[in-house]
Amino acid sequence: MQKIKSPEESRKKLDKIVSDLTRSILLKDELTRFWFFILIMFAGVGIWGWILQIKNGLGVTGMGDYVSWGLYIANFVFFVAVSLVGLLISSVLQLLKISWAKAISRAAEQIAIAAVALAGIIIVMDMGRPDRLLNVFLHGRFASPILWDLTVVSTYLTISVLLFYIPLIPDLAIMRDRMGGQLPPWKLKLYKILALGWKGNEQQYKTVYHALRVLMILIIPVGLSIHTVTSWLFAATLRPGWDSTIFGPYFVVGAFVAGTGALIILMYVYRLRYGLKDYYTDMHFDRMGKLLVLVCLVYLYFNINEFFVPVYKMKLAEGVHLKTLFSGGYAFMFWFAQIVGLVLPILLIQLKFFRKPLPLALISVLILLSAWFKRYLIVIPTMEHPFLPVQNVPESFHHYSPTSTETLIMLFSFFAALLIISFLAKLFPVISIWEVAEEQGIDKAYLSEKPNSQ
Amino acid sequence: MKTLGASVGAAGVLSGGSLISACSRVEEVTGDKITLLTSSGELVVVDRSQLKPAEIPSLTENQLRGRKGLPGRSWVMVIDLSKCRNARECMKACQSHHELRPEQHHINVLQMQDSEDTAPYFMPKPCLHCDNPPCTKVCPVNATFKREDGIVLIDNERCIGCRFCIAACPYSARVFNWKEPRDAEKYEGVTYNIEANVPQKKGTISKCLFSADRLREGQLPSCVSACPNGVYWFGDKNEDAVTNGTTKETVSFTKLVSEGAAYTLMKELGTRPRVYYLPPKGQVAPSQGDHS
Repeated sequence: MQKIKSPEESRKKLDKIVSDLTRSILLKDELTRFWFFILIMFAGVGIWGWILQIKNGLGVTGMGDYVSWGLYIANFVFFVAVSLVGLLISSVLQLLKISWAKAISRAAEQIAIAAVALAGIIIVMDMGRPDRLLNVFLHGRFASPILWDLTVVSTYLTISVLLFYIPLIPDLAIMRDRMGGQLPPWKLKLYKILALGWKGNEQQYKTVYHALRVLMILIIPVGLSIHTVTSWLFAATLRPGWDSTIFGPYFVVGAFVAGTGALIILMYVYRLRYGLKDYYTDMHFDRMGKLLVLVCLVYLYFNINEFFVPVYKMKLAEGVHLKTLFSGGYAFMFWFAQIVGLVLPILLIQLKFFRKPLPLALISVLILLSAWFKRYLIVIPTMEHPFLPVQNVPESFHHYSPTSTETLIMLFSFFAALLIISFLAKLFPVISIWEVAEEQGIDKAYLSEKPNSQ
Repeated sequence: MKTLGASVGAAGVLSGGSLISACSRVEEVTGDKITLLTSSGELVVVDRSQLKPAEIPSLTENQLRGRKGLPGRSWVMVIDLSKCRNARECMKACQSHHELRPEQHHINVLQMQDSEDTAPYFMPKPCLHCDNPPCTKVCPVNATFKREDGIVLIDNERCIGCRFCIAACPYSARVFNWKEPRDAEKYEGVTYNIEANVPQKKGTISKCLFSADRLREGQLPSCVSACPNGVYWFGDKNEDAVTNGTTKETVSFTKLVSEGAAYTLMKELGTRPRVYYLPPKGQVAPSQGDHS
């Protein structure tokens, strides 16, 4: 923290921070309109696909009686995985007093909220009878992993929203006090209401710190649970490829890899688009790169355990599964995910060059793509070779081929997630103004000042 | 009116059809004939006086007695693999009883070969109605459940179509209604019978129910009755009696499985199935038709 002495310097610095970090809210150019147009259009087409699916049944997808879980469930697992970045950055790193994590915490929470919300939505889109959703609440059986998943996912969403909102309140107050002339009246009113009459005195900041600390601790068991319980949707069955004892930690570590990759991409996009080089600094990317290597190494360890041990024994059913992954129809996806998505990043990020923003963001794109491949590989190959032979059914049941309607609905989930993130960026600063000001030594008194309207 | 007639007719067929096929006595003939479709897919011409109005229970009654089961019973099935010739009469009877599409199997006859050195054989595989069912454990809404007479049933008024039970079943015993069921229009308005799982519903699961609706009428399951080769034995473990679907002879269940060296499928999974297989010893007869 720097000690800034003069009030003029503090005020000037604060003005710059506010203007930089509200750029995402104020910027209204062609690209913004185009971006939202694309997102809303594709999301709309996806919804239309879902309406078709409700009308004609799940037969519009490529699923059959053998591969009865497909793209939607793969996407569900992917979204739950990515959402864990909220736990990692906002909670684990901050409890460890890693100060550079503060600047990226809000973006991490944006991803967490969007991902976990879409995980819930895509599950409803996968249901054969979404009109009977209420049955889960009326007749829910707590012996079923689905009920555990519902419980922990909704809890995680709640805590993530709180972890997003509570540190946002001082920022809302700053914008409410300073940005009268720049914002449409409805936005100003929204900030006024959400700011809950924040005055910025010592007592209120104490409450925020305390609340954040409680939430950060609470989210740890919940966050670890969501991906563990999701893994148990598979591990609670007897199928080869799923009947594994390490699925819980394997999925959780994989989630950290996917989430970190997603966050790096988002950081880079914000840095580029909104000119936030001074906030998402080269140092942040350097540290995130090192964090990425750490989680990738742990994930590599789990992958070795998950695949090497069964291959050593070659039990009958496991052997069929492993052959499919190593040298069969899924070999390309498998080796891409392992080499390009895991081994290569570990090696490349050792070099300082690849910890620079753009190279790191490009590697993260590969990591995120591999993370999606990995989830596809977790769900589909196992279902294609059950214990008993697949006979007397149409050719389409033997091998899973997603249809166009199914792909559209799957794409909807990605576009809807991006929509949520974009809306959050359009409404609220992507980095916490008051925390940045605190880091730069600006006294909290300046934050509550109401300068003359511009 | 036509649809009302068709639906009443269909309802009558489903419950009345079983009454008809159970009728072996000939009542007084009045000469007034009517053509009916039985639940095994045959057209029969009967005297109108032989028809009694079928008492179709309400949905609630169906659900309550369906969930409870038949008291004091413990159903088991024994499948003699040395007798199966892949005639597939069992599959046909089942599919017409349960309004299934040709690719949907409550019972599937698989061609198995245990090792390169042993001969291939045909293995009919219904739902095994496990005593430690992996499927009922994972259902989030209790739409699939094991009842006291051992049968694992499905409630398609409650099923949400999450397909977790399909994922959990290691025997691939379950199917899903990916589209509107076969002949959906014909079954419109028919009260849902949980023990037959008819009418089928789009977006829900279906599987072998040991023909629970026929058991309630004192009959053997459709597959057991339809088999021409004597493959199936079905009965009550509590009475220690199983009846052969073809020869209709009844023997002691424990004697049959212990003398025949019966086994259950993938016993090491701990599912404890209620379907026992007699080994495919001496399988020398050729298959009755190429269905590949």
